[in-house]
Amino acid sequence: MEFVWEWFYWLYDVHGIKLTIFYDEWDRNRFIRGMWTTFHLSALSIFLSIVIGVAGAWLQMSNLVWMRRIVQAYIQFFRNTPPLIQLYFFYFAVDAALSQLFGITGGVLGSYGWAVVSLSFFAGAFNVEIFRAGVESVPRSTTEAAEALGYTRLQIYRYVTLPLAFRVCLPSLNSNLINLLKTTTVAYAIAVPETLYVANQIWSDEYNVFEMMNVVWIVYIVFVGFLVWLMHRWEKSIKIPGYGN
Amino acid sequence: MGEVHQDTGVRKLNVRGTSRHVHGAKTDLPVIKPFVIGNAGGRYIEGMLEFTFQWRIGVALFLTLAGWMMIDAAHAQVQGDPEQTIFQTLIKWTPLMFWGPSGEFGGFILNIVVSFISMALGTFFGLWVGIGQVSPNRHLRRFCWAITQLFRNSPWLVLLFYFMLLLPFSLQFGDIRVDIPGWTKATFALSLPIMANVSEIVRGAIASIPTGQWESAESLAFSRTQTMWRVILPQCIKRMIPPWMNWYCILTMSTPLISILGVNDGMTLTQNALAAEGRSEFLIPMYLWLMLWFFVYSYPIAMWTRRLEHKFAIES
Amino acid sequence: MNNLNWASDQPIVSLKNVHKSFGDLEVLKGVSLDVMQGEVICIIGPSGSGKSTLIRCINALNDIQSGSITVEGQEVHDPKLNKLELRKKVGMVFQQYNLFPHKTALENVMMAPVLVLKQNKDDVARLAQTLIRKVRLDGKEHNYPGELSGGQQQRVAIARSLAMNPQVMLFDEVTAALDPETVKEVLVTIKDLAAEGMTCILVTHEMGFAREIADQIYFTDGGVIVEHGPPETFFSRAKDPRTKEFLSQIL
Repeated sequence: MEFVWEWFYWLYDVHGIKLTIFYDEWDRNRFIRGMWTTFHLSALSIFLSIVIGVAGAWLQMSNLVWMRRIVQAYIQFFRNTPPLIQLYFFYFAVDAALSQLFGITGGVLGSYGWAVVSLSFFAGAFNVEIFRAGVESVPRSTTEAAEALGYTRLQIYRYVTLPLAFRVCLPSLNSNLINLLKTTTVAYAIAVPETLYVANQIWSDEYNVFEMMNVVWIVYIVFVGFLVWLMHRWEKSIKIPGYGN
Repeated sequence: MGEVHQDTGVRKLNVRGTSRHVHGAKTDLPVIKPFVIGNAGGRYIEGMLEFTFQWRIGVALFLTLAGWMMIDAAHAQVQGDPEQTIFQTLIKWTPLMFWGPSGEFGGFILNIVVSFISMALGTFFGLWVGIGQVSPNRHLRRFCWAITQLFRNSPWLVLLFYFMLLLPFSLQFGDIRVDIPGWTKATFALSLPIMANVSEIVRGAIASIPTGQWESAESLAFSRTQTMWRVILPQCIKRMIPPWMNWYCILTMSTPLISILGVNDGMTLTQNALAAEGRSEFLIPMYLWLMLWFFVYSYPIAMWTRRLEHKFAIES
Repeated sequence: MNNLNWASDQPIVSLKNVHKSFGDLEVLKGVSLDVMQGEVICIIGPSGSGKSTLIRCINALNDIQSGSITVEGQEVHDPKLNKLELRKKVGMVFQQYNLFPHKTALENVMMAPVLVLKQNKDDVARLAQTLIRKVRLDGKEHNYPGELSGGQQQRVAIARSLAMNPQVMLFDEVTAALDPETVKEVLVTIKDLAAEGMTCILVTHEMGFAREIADQIYFTDGGVIVEHGPPETFFSRAKDPRTKEFLSQIL
């Protein structure tokens, strides 16, 4: 490994390309921590947004008109307002209000916590619609066939509707989750030390904006590319011949 | 079957539903015609429902607002400053948040202008890159594909940083120095992901046109350019409109990102107003107030998009 | 654009030992046939026997691996050939009509002469009206394809090809996608054309029609022409067992 770091130092020495994240241990470590933060911030938000999506889709099928309306209002609010303002709203406004309400000093959740909450609600709003469309895409005749075979309602849902619905909505789910990964950069605005934020710290200290900007861009392309690849493989592996498309 | 709709010209409105069951007349594609209006009775009833629904929502909103203002006034009284109700504070800052400081270009209007220009630029270049993606020239095709993938998969904020920091702040033409305002660079940066996504929309729409259309144009001796512009693209427009409008909404929702890079947009000015007031009970109403503007702007577009999507799905 | 090397007593379309493969799959394995001017030939055979590929090669929608195809004495698969000139001479009608759905019937017919031949728009409009009348669609000029039945669309497609004033017409299973009751109107239109002396090459499943209209019937199977002859002898005195079997299944 050592000679790689040395090569980058040579690159700086001879060509003036200042990639401190390779030869400076302090910068390297904080940049790796930044990427790791992006990783678990995305993973956690993806997980929670899927939970919100499934729960929301289930609530939207409820017989209670008001329940459906509340879910609908949630979806429309988060879809039609800017994610950055949502984040500020949670981090500054909601946090302050909750602190006052419960008499807590120093905030209810930190910036990381509110970023997770905000991003999950944002992507969750899209997931609700994606999952609902999936469930609606399962033909009535298919569930009727299961009913005729004596399946219970829960069995129909578990063994017929969900597996089919899931395959139908996977492509749109993929693009929404990829979008979520890209949106995690917004957490920069509330000083969550993710990749972009850390890179900003590094270029402020080292005056290597150009180098770091390119590194950040490449890192995100690789992250997104990896997620795209992963989701496509998954999509392919559970594809049923002749179903969908 | 033969003679269906003897007397229907192009002016026939109710095409939906009536001629669809003529199974000999199946076309692969929706036809571009003046927008079809659904049957009059249904539309009337639909309109009535919409009206009652909105009327009830209106009353609910009015009551909520009235209730809130009363509490608001009472609260200000208790705080010992009856002039500083939340409502009054919102009204006070609204012109700044909406138009920007006097004599300057900024505020919510700047967000909207940026979204317009970015969309126009992104659409223009996206169209060409999209056509390039199906070019018979392999190198051009690969290049356009790479451009599309690169900007589609980059986070918008990273692109904003990249072009805001790396494009020059001013240009020197001999003795004349021209400053490049930050918002123009931001507009350019935001147009790039739009370009990439429009490119994908165009490519997808072209790919969805049956090959028979290409072949029949070819056998009529059309050149490739003629086929593309006269036969293929006109058929694509209709199916491109809903996703294109969807991207416009996404773009508009992303414009506050430019506040992170110091552009005086609605978000920045709202933050400034909050800092000037320095009172935490204004946080929620101020943010909600700004979000409401975006909502009022975006929601009708989103609904319209959904309606078009639904209509085109039924027609084809 | 007349080829000086070609005289009207020579075949207008001539295929010599044509081979065509899609990847590893050889679809045409040495096909030869001659069509004289004014002749109507029908190509029949089981599905997958290469009939459609055969006529698509004639106007260069598909390329060929070896052999030669000439139209009016000109090699179709010569890389130097101007494909535009070929396509002005050879009109084609498809199974799926392939009308341009965003143009009215009249506009569909007018488009190619205006765009490709750069003819005067008013003249073309008059010509198109005549052609629409010829295919018996008066009154439907301003309808969109989506508002016409399959048979009507197919007749517009025929008029659209005729507007280019071709020397040869190719018909690729033009009635296969139609409802039985609309098949007849399309066949009548083709019959009119043949009666006027248009050179026609048809791929068809309509045996009765082929018998009535064709000068020569070609039977293809497995990428080769198994046998051919005038309809009078072809249907009653087929020699090859494959032809016999096919005819016994279909008649």
